[in-house]
Amino acid sequence: MTTTYAERTATEKYVGRPVDRLDGPAKTTGEARYAAEHRYPDLAYAALVHATVARGRITAIDTAAARAVPGVIEVLTHENAPAMKPFKVSLLDPLGAMASGTSVNYLATDEVHWNGQPVAVVVAETHEAARHAASLVRPAYQELPAVVDFSAEEPNATPQKRSMLLESEADKGDAKAALAAAPVSVDLRFTTPPHNHNAIEPHATTAAWNGDHLTVHEATQGIPWVRKQLALRFGVPERNIRVLSPFVGGGFGGKGPIWAGTLLAVLAARATGRPVRLALTRAGVYHTVGGRTPSTQRVALGADEDGRLTALIHTSVARTGRVGGWQEQITSASRHLYAAPNIHLRQHLVQLDLLPNTPMRAPGESIGSFALESAVDELAWELGMDPIELRMRNEPERNPVDGKRFARRFLREAYALGAERFGWKERDPRPGAMRDGRWLVGMGVATAYHPAMHMPVSAAVRLSADGGVVVRCAMAEIGVGAATVQAQIAADELGVPLEAVRVESGDSELPLGAMAGGSTQTASVAASVLAACRKLKQSALALARRSPDSPLRGRRLSDLEARDGGLFRGGSGETYAAILTRAGRDHLESEIKPGMLGLVGPLRDRMRWVKAACGAQFCEVRVDRDTGEVRVSRWLGVFDVGRVINAKLVASQLRGGIVMGIGLALSEETLIDPRTGRIVNASLGEYHVPVHADIPRIDVHWLDEPDPTMPLGLVGVGEVGITGVGAAVANAVRHATGRRIADLPITLDKLL
Amino acid sequence: MRVNGVEEKLDVEPWVSLLDALRERLGVTGPKKGCDQGACGACTVLADGMRINACLALAVQYADKEITTIEGVTPHPLQEAFVRHDGFQCGYCTPGQICSAIAMLDEYAAGMPSAVSDGAPQLTEAEIRERMSGNLCRCGAYNGIVDAIKEVAG
Repeated sequence: MTTTYAERTATEKYVGRPVDRLDGPAKTTGEARYAAEHRYPDLAYAALVHATVARGRITAIDTAAARAVPGVIEVLTHENAPAMKPFKVSLLDPLGAMASGTSVNYLATDEVHWNGQPVAVVVAETHEAARHAASLVRPAYQELPAVVDFSAEEPNATPQKRSMLLESEADKGDAKAALAAAPVSVDLRFTTPPHNHNAIEPHATTAAWNGDHLTVHEATQGIPWVRKQLALRFGVPERNIRVLSPFVGGGFGGKGPIWAGTLLAVLAARATGRPVRLALTRAGVYHTVGGRTPSTQRVALGADEDGRLTALIHTSVARTGRVGGWQEQITSASRHLYAAPNIHLRQHLVQLDLLPNTPMRAPGESIGSFALESAVDELAWELGMDPIELRMRNEPERNPVDGKRFARRFLREAYALGAERFGWKERDPRPGAMRDGRWLVGMGVATAYHPAMHMPVSAAVRLSADGGVVVRCAMAEIGVGAATVQAQIAADELGVPLEAVRVESGDSELPLGAMAGGSTQTASVAASVLAACRKLKQSALALARRSPDSPLRGRRLSDLEARDGGLFRGGSGETYAAILTRAGRDHLESEIKPGMLGLVGPLRDRMRWVKAACGAQFCEVRVDRDTGEVRVSRWLGVFDVGRVINAKLVASQLRGGIVMGIGLALSEETLIDPRTGRIVNASLGEYHVPVHADIPRIDVHWLDEPDPTMPLGLVGVGEVGITGVGAAVANAVRHATGRRIADLPITLDKLL
Repeated sequence: MRVNGVEEKLDVEPWVSLLDALRERLGVTGPKKGCDQGACGACTVLADGMRINACLALAVQYADKEITTIEGVTPHPLQEAFVRHDGFQCGYCTPGQICSAIAMLDEYAAGMPSAVSDGAPQLTEAEIRERMSGNLCRCGAYNGIVDAIKEVAG
């Protein structure tokens, strides 16, 4: 038996429709307030001082010049800062290990663990004074040997047994022997650089203590983690801490864990007795918030002459920091995409004296799919076969590494629709054959794949006597349209107009648990909102049945329709407002609190099913035949993402992933000085995220087939869009130029 | 300084940026800080109708100018168009995108060419993209932004 979920809401007036974002007016008028935009009468400003060595001890720290700056209130260093409690991992809460970005107990130690680690905090009356004074703090260091060069350290990599929550190794058959015996094979080595999230809002915290009670305005994807971490580190009960985060200016994983800025803002507020704002500088984000790991990968594929895979080998080396870091699932897609009888997957890690890496949109899959899907394309060239045909010949019936069933899989359909819409048959298969003036035109495809999950989260729904509905959930709004989607679901399950639904979110006083991560939030919250609405209808009916005057007397819920703001059968029934008013109640509320037991269903499902979002990415590039400049000129993606609740928001999420993927393919790279471990392009001027001019029209489609194992049949879409994008671009460049670029980003120097 | 039509008296040090003066001294938080070095455009405001990066401007330089932020352009048809075309996700770059687009349309109307103009400029998608490339959107809402601008430009 599998856990099955209701596939539909009671009515479907809003679900599936391209409803405008409910917070649209707030965001387009400047009314939406972000974490650094809350005013306090005696607010002080904090600025960080960053270490300039990769590893060492602070032997002295001169703060005299900083203290002499007018307006400076305090300079906190390891010599005078009140101690925070150290970071601790609880065995009862293994996920909590991910809550802290690093294990460093800032300002409680003279140790430096990476170049850029905060070693002092200046608090001043103005933002300008704090920043200026921070530049005058002079630490002296005893430098210690540091290992910071990823490629030099790669030979010392050790096996990685696990990826965050997923398995990382797999062996089936004898892949090495099958590769050696294969009549056609490719064996490629890929490299991908570190990346940074670069949400346009830099991380910011506004912290105010009142005795041992704390209010924090925080830019976060995970309110529960912030509250729990702050309670642990500052030794106060969780109930004393209120975390407010109604709007977050982009996250992409970077605002998942708790980083130095958050802790030090709270510490500074405690030490000075003033409310403190700490908005990181852009460089400060690079130096204190981890990014994506770099990787080197090997993908080797063997096939018979008909293109049937006989061997798939995918191995990787990635890094973590010596003081933390996530183990990314780089070979994840290779577990699921191809029906090879012999498979060998391994991941390795090196530990460096750098700021630890952290999840960034599709950690592992985004770069792993670049290698795998580039190699598959190269095999198609070796075979002289169409790359879509090659993929279709190897489309598995069951999960290749373990034989588990797919909850659903419509990759064939995605490719068929994509090929038709994109005009794939217009593609001249010869490399360099398609031209447009000085541009060499190329077309490439790649498969997108991201695992689907959902988590137990709490949510409540309230019905008021005035007919209003309030959905209450401490979820994060990082841009996905969280409130809009949940309002659509609640409106349809209760049968009320969308305008009657208000969503309260982004506040730790609300039912907790939801986090925007792993593409899990929408489905997780939907399950609880749906359950809460059903309970609420039961309660409303029970209330009505107590009254001899109610037309609902003697009715069962299964006989009734939720519509027109109440429960009806044919022409008879009554509105929720009427039920509540007659009973003299001003509201009814039901809360779903699944707790840890709620994990049982999803985990049991995972034993039996492989669930995912997947899709087919189609890309057209133009490569300047003289300069090697690559422009993406067309994009089309067809995705299998279960039921779509809001077509407008899903399209935006998928497009956003593709845009970030185009950056990964062509321009994004965090440059780390291999001698000092310092990030040398810690700015938006020198780290090149895609701009308007880089992005063509992106055509996205989906198949709208509900996933029977997910709440409402929906699958998260936050990450699948970026997967496969790097490979689709590289494959189009291969087609345009005949050159296989295996090292990201595909900058023009690599094509000259 | 006049901010959104209101005379504001402000006593700031000469090194205070226009952006920090607006956000921290006047509480006008529509203009956003994304990079503080003119690379992202989130702080775009209008100074006498011209778009500028408020983070690269000193407040004292603008003492006699009319500053208009997103708060001051409200209501504007671009705002509704951004919502309809989903020209944003997290919303953080949005005030800058809208202010930038307003001035960009004026620049176009005044016949100013861009790097991609070939002869008299036409407001093609390529023109809009080129002229809006100083405003980054990390959520990747570029398609929606271009659609919103096209619709309002008519």
